[in-house]
Amino acid sequence: MQIAHDILLRSYRSMRTIRDFEERLHVEFATGDIPGFVHLYCGEEASAVGVCAHLSNTDTIASTHRGHGHCIAKGVGVDGMMAEIYGRKTGVCHGKGGSMHIADLSLGMLGANGIVGGGPPLICGAALSHKVLKDGGVAVAFYGDGASNEGTTLESLNLAMVWQLPAVFVCEDNGYGEATGASYACAGTQKARAAGFGMPYFDCDGTDFFAVHEAAGQAIAHARAGHGPVMLHVHLARWYGHFEGDAMTYRANGEAARERAEHDCLQNFRKHVTETSLLDLSALDDIDTSVKDEIEAAVKAAKNAPLPEPADLQADVYVSY
Amino acid sequence: MSKKSFRQAINEALRQEMQRDPRVILMGEDIAGGQGGSAGIVDAWGGVLGVTKGLYTEFGPERVFDTPISEASYIGAAVGAAATGLRPVAELMFVDFVGSCLDQIMNQAAKFRYMFGGKARTPLVIRAMYGAGFNAAAQHSQALYPLFTHIPGLKVVVPSSPYEAKGLLIEAIRDDDPVIFLENKVMYDDEEEVPDEPYSIPFGEANLTREGDDVTIVAFGRMVNFANEAADRLEKDGISCTVIDPRTTSPLDSATILECVEDTGRLVIVDESSPRCNMATDVAALVAEQAFDALKAPIRQVVPPHTPVPFATVLEKLYLPDAARIESAVRSVMAYKKTKQDA
Repeated sequence: MQIAHDILLRSYRSMRTIRDFEERLHVEFATGDIPGFVHLYCGEEASAVGVCAHLSNTDTIASTHRGHGHCIAKGVGVDGMMAEIYGRKTGVCHGKGGSMHIADLSLGMLGANGIVGGGPPLICGAALSHKVLKDGGVAVAFYGDGASNEGTTLESLNLAMVWQLPAVFVCEDNGYGEATGASYACAGTQKARAAGFGMPYFDCDGTDFFAVHEAAGQAIAHARAGHGPVMLHVHLARWYGHFEGDAMTYRANGEAARERAEHDCLQNFRKHVTETSLLDLSALDDIDTSVKDEIEAAVKAAKNAPLPEPADLQADVYVSY
Repeated sequence: MSKKSFRQAINEALRQEMQRDPRVILMGEDIAGGQGGSAGIVDAWGGVLGVTKGLYTEFGPERVFDTPISEASYIGAAVGAAATGLRPVAELMFVDFVGSCLDQIMNQAAKFRYMFGGKARTPLVIRAMYGAGFNAAAQHSQALYPLFTHIPGLKVVVPSSPYEAKGLLIEAIRDDDPVIFLENKVMYDDEEEVPDEPYSIPFGEANLTREGDDVTIVAFGRMVNFANEAADRLEKDGISCTVIDPRTTSPLDSATILECVEDTGRLVIVDESSPRCNMATDVAALVAEQAFDALKAPIRQVVPPHTPVPFATVLEKLYLPDAARIESAVRSVMAYKKTKQDA
């Protein structure tokens, strides 16, 4: 599939933004300035971006506790995200949600989710909205290999098939649910699970943007055309621990470093566009510089942003009460 | 206006709201019934006790969705649909089944608005049957409204009659927050005059079904009927009671409860939910804290024992509060004399 020039540039920018955002959080979290839990998406950028390249604001996604990448790929601004992660009033959720609950429904971003397997049922509902309201939208659930074992996920695969929903189930298989390997925790295969529900299955290398873009394009087109739900199984690896501060004692020495050295989606992207003469590297270098500045500014603004006020504690529990 | 059953009142509220607003959809297990059956009949059941009968036939498969027996997925789907433009009314059949889908209610629907900084709306109604008296035993008889009342972000409705059910359900469907609407399954055949036209009853405004000077009785759901029965009997003996039907446990009309206790000085609370951390303890705490000086006698709670709901009729009858127990509680607070020297 030929990808338009502007989409390539936008996708690279999005992946670079996720990478720099997360790498910066890794550094900032260690200083102790960031409260709570942070789960980084480094190494998985091509998945969120390759899928979301096919989506517009009419389409809906639900994310996971490892959600920063999905948010950025769906268009949520890094200023609001960074401020949210710092617990500031200027955050996208006014400091009420934090890293695990970033959402922007106006962009079709139904939220990161602190509950493993929380997203797939919600996405059945979002897909039902698209179907009933006939707006042409599709709904995409990102979930991990860990969440693939939740009953909510398996029930959602069934429900989506029964109702023939325009839903896409993107299983981001990074090989670990917290500190337990997928080889231990997942019986059978994702492919066989999809087949068990009669659901079309696609898979791809999640460190190759072009592979994700191609597979996601086919999967989403199937759902958008009204042919029912699909599963997209994305193989990838996370470079950091389950959460920041995780010493990764369950991973062999050098595993994460090797992934970083050999399967970097950004390096893969640069290599691919150079070899195929799709883009000029200087354009990518310019993006790198611009993103660096953007993240720097976001961190600075977040650190200087006002904290929530006491009155915010009891605001927005209900629309009316 | 004509006599309608609790079941018909709920069915009419659903029908009229679906006619008014195309975004209102229904989903649940066998709410039509018969899909995939060898008889080839859809709308075979209209809900396990026939409450949604005819709605599939009137509104069709684009508005009325039978689900697999898969509560986590479809209650979650109702939440997701509500957050993205529809106004689903999901039927959970028996409220006891919330064990299979509490996450979708407690961690998703209830939290979205607050957790997302006020930018989400989740206009969702979850209807479910509650209550003992049907010999349905421990897993089909609980009165779990305190569980939902405990969770910020949810509104909780416990209607006490057909008139109340219609008006409160219409209000629930039009409300922009997630609402848990609990129907006592023993009441489906209860009848009273119910207006034909749509009307709504606001949340958080208690209804006084009896007004009196001596004792305030606060009762929930079906217990309102028992409280009325007790009040009518006591009236003949010269004891006059105010009976408060709060209608919603969240929001709770604390002001009306406190005002009535200020007037009568005596309080009996009737709650068919399990007695620890239920509405009776909640109201008792409210009054003890905010109307202590008005009390002429200790607060009395008429509640079941702290046990699962038993099956055998004789035990279930012992389990549930009834008019006789309410009457006896009222007489005991009337008879109360302070034994200690008044300070």
